Amino acid sequence: MTHPPDSAADDALDSLIAPHRNHPGALLPLLHDVQHALGCIPHEAVPRIAAALNLSRAEVHGVVTFYADFRTTPPARRVVKLCMAEACQARGCHTTAARLSAATGLAVGETSADNALALEPIYCLGLCASGPAALVDDVPVARLSGLRLDALIAELGR
Amino acid sequence: MSVRVYVPGDMAAVAVGADQVATALTAAARAAGIDIDVVRNGSRGLFTLETLVEVETPQGRIGYGPVDAADVPGLVAAGLFAGGAHAQRLGPVEALPFFARQTRLTFARAGLTDPLSLTDYRAHGGLKGLETALALTPAEVVARVKASGLRGRGGAGFPTGIKWETVLAAPGPHKYIVCNADEGDSGTFADRLLMEADPFVLVEGMAIAAHAVGADYGYVYIRSEYPFAIARMQAAIDLARGDGWLGRGFDLEVRVGAGAYVCGEETALLESLEGRRGQVRAKPPLPAHKGLFGRPTVINNVLSLAAVPFILAEGANAYQDFGFGRSRGTMPIQLAGDVVNGGVFETPFGLTLGELVDDIAGGCVGGRPVRAVQVGGPLGAYFPRGLFDTPFDYEAFTARGGLIGHGGVVVFNDTVDLAQQARFAMEFCAAESCGKCTPCRIGSTRGVEVIDRIVAGEARAANIAVLEDLCETMKLGSLCALGGFTPYPVMSALDHFPEDFGGADARRAAE
Ligand SMILES: Cc1cc2nc3c(=O)[nH]c(=O)nc-3n(C[C@H](O)[C@H](O)[C@H](O)COP(=O)(O)O)c2cc1C
Ligand code: SF4
Ligand code: FES
Repeated sequence: MTHPPDSAADDALDSLIAPHRNHPGALLPLLHDVQHALGCIPHEAVPRIAAALNLSRAEVHGVVTFYADFRTTPPARRVVKLCMAEACQARGCHTTAARLSAATGLAVGETSADNALALEPIYCLGLCASGPAALVDDVPVARLSGLRLDALIAELGR
Repeated sequence: MSVRVYVPGDMAAVAVGADQVATALTAAARAAGIDIDVVRNGSRGLFTLETLVEVETPQGRIGYGPVDAADVPGLVAAGLFAGGAHAQRLGPVEALPFFARQTRLTFARAGLTDPLSLTDYRAHGGLKGLETALALTPAEVVARVKASGLRGRGGAGFPTGIKWETVLAAPGPHKYIVCNADEGDSGTFADRLLMEADPFVLVEGMAIAAHAVGADYGYVYIRSEYPFAIARMQAAIDLARGDGWLGRGFDLEVRVGAGAYVCGEETALLESLEGRRGQVRAKPPLPAHKGLFGRPTVINNVLSLAAVPFILAEGANAYQDFGFGRSRGTMPIQLAGDVVNGGVFETPFGLTLGELVDDIAGGCVGGRPVRAVQVGGPLGAYFPRGLFDTPFDYEAFTARGGLIGHGGVVVFNDTVDLAQQARFAMEFCAAESCGKCTPCRIGSTRGVEVIDRIVAGEARAANIAVLEDLCETMKLGSLCALGGFTPYPVMSALDHFPEDFGGADARRAAE
């Protein structure tokens, strides 16, 4: 390392960056690693990532904002990503969304004020014969109607 | 001796409780003093039956399904571990009509084997294709792929052999094989299932491609929505390297997408692999000449690459003997949406849409009438029953104003509102546009507004004309098929289901 780290956070960032230096096209894998470790891509991380990969800050910022997966603020403590694509529409995802919204007070795309729960749309999980489908805190769940949806709502405790 | 029990570990099975079923079976076996060996295979491909438990018995593999963890004690009491009778007993799975009617060439091993067992892979015919290829010159391999008639399964249907020939002829030293595993189309999951149920066949297909064109490195670009496939492919690549069929002149790595549909478009995918925003590149240059990092690059869909081991092992004729017209071989068709039998159905091209939807998928759940079918993902047309005689074939679908794309068939019952589906198509285009072309970026947002006006009954005839114009502009003024093909779902909905857009009279008045 050419200079001492400013803080523990920078230290953590540097150790995430290190394996990606000198790898062709390393930006996406690096951003995934940062988000996995820190929950998001904090604004302060952008200049350091840019410097490490020989990119401009604008380039890194452009990539972070282009891709739906990357976020710049920490996620809610619980996240339900409900598939809203065509095959799940055909299997009733709008009804599932309405029931989840009624139970949580959140529309699809909203996060609760206390950051406890987010209800996000996602477009296809490859579970299109078993919809409505969702990722609940990254765990796949399908056939989300009737009793299985009741169980999810109960488990979310809202 | 322990009893071998299969409980699928793929994402679709886990999403309906397969892990809990596996745990319950292990506990029940221990309580009963029976020694079992649980194999987490991939799904056989009929997701309606998940969780499908299979037990190896002297009479063969006996299936039970769909099984819930709560069903396990009853099943075990009925003698499940010996293939005993029970209401959920299905008998040998391959004898069920959904499987008996298939011709599984690409999916031959899927669901049968332990996905990460090299021993299983070899025992079920794996690596024969690569061994055959390595004994041939690159030009001979390319010639066989050309002779097979294989066309790209990612959507455009371009002949795979011709693409490889171009890359073979391009100067090295460095060339790349890129596997497009972005599978963003709603209603498609064959890439996912293949990577989860038989990942080695994709590694083998990519190794054959590398030999055929002289490539030294490859990437599998998998969408982030597929965490199971990502893990499975990574593990398979490591095992293949350890086994010596990677790492000697050709190696591979998995790269993960980040939630952008447009990154399935091949040049946007290359931009993404290079670490940039997924914006579509103008062609020429073709990726075959100047692709990843400016090098000659083969970019193929998962199913295209995974079809190649069979072609090399069994011969080009064995593949090209199947099919219909200029669509040769088999297609893993994906039956999705409101269907009784949903899953992967691999069959030679040529079955009609009606046979697929009514006979094989079994129509809608609860016997509701089928009203519309969207074939080919979000950029595919909506077909009414009147077009159910269309054979599943690239040219036949084009002739009817549609496309087969990646082979997704999404079935809608009589509650569907086609004006809302058309609106969604425009909305999806607006959300996923890479931003390069005005008709795609702005036109799609205008499209949503115009559809809203038509549905609200505001100057219907005039607004229908505006929508038609807008679609024409998108078709002509878009660099890629996201903007260029969104008019397919929109116009097919309007043409075949005018009554959903404020009445048949409105449509007639517009003409
Ligand atoms: C918007 C858009 C999305 C696409 N998504 C995919 C995809 O997810 N998977 C895929 O294989 N091809 C996709 N394609 C097609 C690719 O551009 C390309 O034709 C394909 O990867 C070539 O491989 P093949 O010849 O084996 O089909 C998409 C095209 C467009 C315009
Ligand atoms: S049609 Fe749309 S997605 Fe395709 S290049 Fe143009 S703006 Fe990008
Ligand atoms: S459309 Fe919802 S999982 Fe594919």
